[in-house]
Amino acid sequence: MSLLEVRGLKVHFPIKKGIVLDRTVGQVRAVDGVDLSVEKGRTLGVVGESGCGKSTLGRAVLQLEPITAGTVVFDGEDLSRLRGSALRAMRRRMQMVFQDPLASLDPRQSVASVLAEPLRTHGVKGPYEKRVRELLDLVGLPGSAANRFPHEFSGGQRQRIGIARAIALNPELIIADEPVSALDVSIQAQVVNLLEELQERLGLTYLVIAHDLAVVRHISDDVAVMYLGSVVEIARADELYARPLHPYTIALLSAIPIPDPEVEDRRERVLLTGELPSAANPPPGCRFHSRCPFRQPTRCADEVPALRVLEGFPGSQVACHFAEQIAARELKPVHAEAAEPAATAHGTDTPPDSRRSSAGSPS
Amino acid sequence: MTDPSAGPLTTTSVREAVPGQVRAEPLLKIRDLTVTFASRGRAAVRAVDGVNLDVAAGSTVGIVGESGSGKSVTSLAAMGLLGRRGVEIRGSVDFDGSDLLHMPEQELRAVRGREIAMIFQDPMSSLNPVLTVGRQITEILVRHRGLSGRQARDRAAELLQSVGIGDSLRRLKSFPHQLSGGMRQRVMIAMALACEPRLLIADEPTTALDVTISAQILELLRRLVADTQTALVLITHDLGVVAGLCDTVHVMYSGRIVESAPRRPLFADPRHPYTTGLLASVPRLDAPRGVPLLPIPGSPSDTLPWARGCAFSPRCTRQVDACLGAPPVLEPLALPSHLLRCVNPVPPRKHLG
Repeated sequence: MSLLEVRGLKVHFPIKKGIVLDRTVGQVRAVDGVDLSVEKGRTLGVVGESGCGKSTLGRAVLQLEPITAGTVVFDGEDLSRLRGSALRAMRRRMQMVFQDPLASLDPRQSVASVLAEPLRTHGVKGPYEKRVRELLDLVGLPGSAANRFPHEFSGGQRQRIGIARAIALNPELIIADEPVSALDVSIQAQVVNLLEELQERLGLTYLVIAHDLAVVRHISDDVAVMYLGSVVEIARADELYARPLHPYTIALLSAIPIPDPEVEDRRERVLLTGELPSAANPPPGCRFHSRCPFRQPTRCADEVPALRVLEGFPGSQVACHFAEQIAARELKPVHAEAAEPAATAHGTDTPPDSRRSSAGSPS
Repeated sequence: MTDPSAGPLTTTSVREAVPGQVRAEPLLKIRDLTVTFASRGRAAVRAVDGVNLDVAAGSTVGIVGESGSGKSVTSLAAMGLLGRRGVEIRGSVDFDGSDLLHMPEQELRAVRGREIAMIFQDPMSSLNPVLTVGRQITEILVRHRGLSGRQARDRAAELLQSVGIGDSLRRLKSFPHQLSGGMRQRVMIAMALACEPRLLIADEPTTALDVTISAQILELLRRLVADTQTALVLITHDLGVVAGLCDTVHVMYSGRIVESAPRRPLFADPRHPYTTGLLASVPRLDAPRGVPLLPIPGSPSDTLPWARGCAFSPRCTRQVDACLGAPPVLEPLALPSHLLRCVNPVPPRKHLG
């Protein structure tokens, strides 16, 4: 049975307007119907670009964000129904590693105190010195680190402290949100290797959230690709590069540079046009259809594709109406040179204004 | 693809060989650039230490390094953007026959912006938040090219169109905060291109952007170099970006170039332990799964002053006694355009031909 089972998860944030009257004028659909499951001892990677809802998903699994709909079942218990001490007891079994170790460590707390805090919070009886030393040893820091403060460490070492804090209570599930993206290239590998080593030694289950597909693919058994609040493809990590099924995955993979000129020169790029649409006003039908190079005149714009298993691709699930035809190379990507990105105003408070869009009007 | 190493080869008799292209007279020639930051009561920091760099028109030169390697300071110093207090800059920066380091400020300002443009990592902090992007682009056109207001506006709209911003007349009235990160970076590029510069310096132009947007921006830069013969200096930490775009690559560590070569030899046959270390420590998307990553031990701050030997030696897996004592010299290998600063290099991986 899977350790973590997410079904139909939705996290919507209200858009409020007005000072006196607190009106809700819309919803940002940060996570909009996500189904995932993670087996014990395995790693699920979640990739996507900024604004696709991957971090919100991670936080919602830990019940750090209020869930609008859906269930998060951890080891047979529905977390969204738990409150108070019951939820606290479950939280002990799942921990989080954050992106920026300097921002997630209290600058005035010594490392020993940082590592003892979760133990204290969850009622483990002291003294904690022995456990702190064990933890430091597990993450490859010297015992002398215990009495030092976060600013005395380099970025990579700080992330080690963040990881030590996460494993302090012997959790079963670790959610790592961009665990290496703040680190220098040569340091990233150290942290990735540490996470893998700890998984082996402690039997951890990981949910790794990151934008870097190469890192995610390296560390994960399965990879879920998110776009605008929903999962568009789940595949085994070793198959994802060889045969991506969803058009977005195809584009994402082709956009990632590979440090090898021979490969780079031969690669076929599927460039996406435009930008990520706003999650407050997502396109109807398939959410990717506004940027999709394989867009078809039928179905794409008015029918929401469900995540489904494709015949001949066991282990993969894809949410695209035309996945079979794309996989069989019957459809070719359309290269729309410098197409209108204007229709996809992103992150702006003012949606594309129809009154002013008569572009040529002299001012 | 032209092979940058195919040009006539010159034998440089100077002790430190000069990397880069040897086709025609390069547009930008940096010689022995040294930048030292000094502040009272603290030891002086030498951020850039004797860097030589050639950039020819129509070519793309990559500078790769981690934080603190001096890659950004090199370009800032060359452009005279470092300020004067507490900074000592030595060496020469020759741009098309004139020395940028010893040019009067007035003249330098005319060259910068008109002949040389820069794009920075974070477009939000390089754009003025209280002016519309149209105002910011037209300002350059009026100042450097003497266009009238109306001409400048039309040209600005054309520029936005050319970098892939649709509905450009409306976008000219937008403020930077109303645009997404990718659009802001496009605006920055449009501004940089406003005067059709002969040299474009892009300092981590895509680091703050999502991969799909980053691919669009890199494609834009690639087209620009191919179409207009602009020389491009690309500063980045991402070896993948360099592999696809640059003709020549310089790898910097702790203020010095440690290896430089045309991109194909560099990636096919990297010889410096730092270069191979970087390549082995990033997961490759196309690699079979299960290949372990080999991180470089230590962190970029564990360096040795160059005067006492190789700065990378504390982190190097191939360290020998000869690494310490005297600083290693940048010398050409069998392929004269491939330069290496290492006394115990990684053995050649494969022989071409």
